[in-house]
Amino acid sequence: MSRAEVTAGADGTDGADGTSPATTHATTAHATTAHAAKAHATTPHAAKAHATTAHADRAHPTEPRPVRLAWTLGLFRSELSLTFRRWRTLALLAVLAAVPVLVGIAVKIETSDGGSVGGGGPDGGGGPAFIAQVTNNGLFLVFTALAATLPFFLPMAIGVVAGDAIAGEASAGTLRYLLVAPAGRTRLLLAKYAAALTFCLVATLVVAASALAVGALLFPLGEVTTISGTRISFSDGLLRALLIALVVAASLIGVSALGLFVSTMTSSGIAAMATTVGLLITVQIVDQIPQLHAIHPYLFSHYWLSFADLMRDPVYWDDLVKNLGLQALYAGVFGSAAWARFGAKDIAS
Amino acid sequence: MPSTTGGTRGSVIETSGLTKRYGKHLAVDGLDLSVPGGSVFGFLGPNGSGKTTTIRMLMGLIEPTSGRAKVLGRPMPFETRRVLPHVGALIEGPALYGFLSGRDNLLRYDSADPTADPRTRGARADAALDRVGLTAAAGKKAKAYSLGMKQRLGLAAALLQPRELLVLDEPTNGLDPQGMREIRSLVRELASDGTTVFLSSHLLDEIEQVCTHAAVMAQGRLITQGPVAELAAGARGRLSVTTPDTGDAARVLKELGVADLVVTEDRVTGEPPGTDLADVNAALVEAGVRVRGFGVERASLEDAFVALTGEGFDVAG
Repeated sequence: MSRAEVTAGADGTDGADGTSPATTHATTAHATTAHAAKAHATTPHAAKAHATTAHADRAHPTEPRPVRLAWTLGLFRSELSLTFRRWRTLALLAVLAAVPVLVGIAVKIETSDGGSVGGGGPDGGGGPAFIAQVTNNGLFLVFTALAATLPFFLPMAIGVVAGDAIAGEASAGTLRYLLVAPAGRTRLLLAKYAAALTFCLVATLVVAASALAVGALLFPLGEVTTISGTRISFSDGLLRALLIALVVAASLIGVSALGLFVSTMTSSGIAAMATTVGLLITVQIVDQIPQLHAIHPYLFSHYWLSFADLMRDPVYWDDLVKNLGLQALYAGVFGSAAWARFGAKDIAS
Repeated sequence: MPSTTGGTRGSVIETSGLTKRYGKHLAVDGLDLSVPGGSVFGFLGPNGSGKTTTIRMLMGLIEPTSGRAKVLGRPMPFETRRVLPHVGALIEGPALYGFLSGRDNLLRYDSADPTADPRTRGARADAALDRVGLTAAAGKKAKAYSLGMKQRLGLAAALLQPRELLVLDEPTNGLDPQGMREIRSLVRELASDGTTVFLSSHLLDEIEQVCTHAAVMAQGRLITQGPVAELAAGARGRLSVTTPDTGDAARVLKELGVADLVVTEDRVTGEPPGTDLADVNAALVEAGVRVRGFGVERASLEDAFVALTGEGFDVAG
């Protein structure tokens, strides 16, 4: 079905091929209605006319209404507003925003006696990356918070949003109405994926913004010392923080695609979310088992912490590029799988 | 819609050999359906007879195992994008986003249609809400709606655009008698505008009240289809004699060739004979049968259904 849809979608404007019975009907009315459609689009009364004059429209049975790109993007906008109006989404964002607050307060308390984090080892001992530098520069809380949330909190939030994308609509029954609207299966899937990626970006920026605010409140700000030991200005540091946030958001592309694929496999939103989060945990565990090192480079989480390399001077790009390549690979593989699965699926819910 | 193209080309829905198989179970078995344009078409059958599966195939939601389906003259599911903007559908009850208001639900569904103009979206949603009488509840969250209100909102979603075809699957399910009457009058109103309405139901009287045409399904197969008047006429009415002397009446009627006699407390019914009914009445009176009532009861669609299937109108096992 998906194949047919793609070809049919390619030419939304052609209506008078004259081969099907209904179009013969339509062609006679074509000349006059083309006119009417134009008037429709330009008059300020369009809304009223459209809603009330059912009769006028009936003169041309299957006259294709034009599909406009801006109109087709309406589904993405609708998807976005739907995602961010859900109480669940807001709760996830609130939890993510709370993480830097907790980390910041913990560091502040632990160092209030003048000591350093983690018992004063050379690298600051345990804890997420950069945590030792936080007391010197609040900006480092951004890096610490991202390092703390990337392994679990962020991907879990994305797993919930992406896993629920199709399966949630299916279990609510709204999927069938979207498809008869007709949203188009490919278009709906793309809108869902775009909304999930937007959520990745927003979630990451929420963590970063919260961390920056907390860092500025509790700790001094100033010049930034990179991992390589060089010093860069605060504004340069801010720029790197933004870049890191973007890379962290991009690190979640793979999980999003995986979640979307799982979402097309079931009609239960809860099952899809649980499966996605379960897969996430499994992958993280497998990534920790040395005996399985052969497959480590193919796990979507393997290069996640490479974002720290953006704090080197000069930036060490190798792992960053590997990470982005791996995310693109996951997006390609699981995106196609989701498309193939969803395109041919019988919607019986 | 008068068919200017003539013959079967006026069909709004046309299927041939449409079949859906789930494992060994044939949900729909070789369906040849033809829905004339402009009709109010009743799609009748007990629960589980394959109505909803058929509707899902017509709407491109599930793919037929074999056979073809055309809606508005175009093959489904291959041309969903061209066909479905002209079709409004209510399938197996409404489905709504509970955390959105009724109006926002409509906006959501409208934005899913790539041919829907976003500039007129709000106005069309308001018009649709007004049409189903939900204007007052438009701002309320959909989860607070009663079943009847949800059903209306589902109908409103089907009416967001002027449609050529409305597919309404059990639209009065869960409604009180008042709500049912309102839906029926809405269906009649839409039909009088020229919209073809494809209405599935397991309620015979509902079909009889609003439909011009009907098809009867049982166990995945189409049993019959045609104008409602013809279907009902297919089953002959029954001669009914109300009398305290049921024994004598039955004897006389039998002598006159009335078959399939059924005697109840004070009534004798049977298939009317070929002879003039006035003679039958005279014969009864002559034999001293005291007749309180005499006449032929008009056949209902239910009689037609029972005659066709030889069974009651119950849920298929």
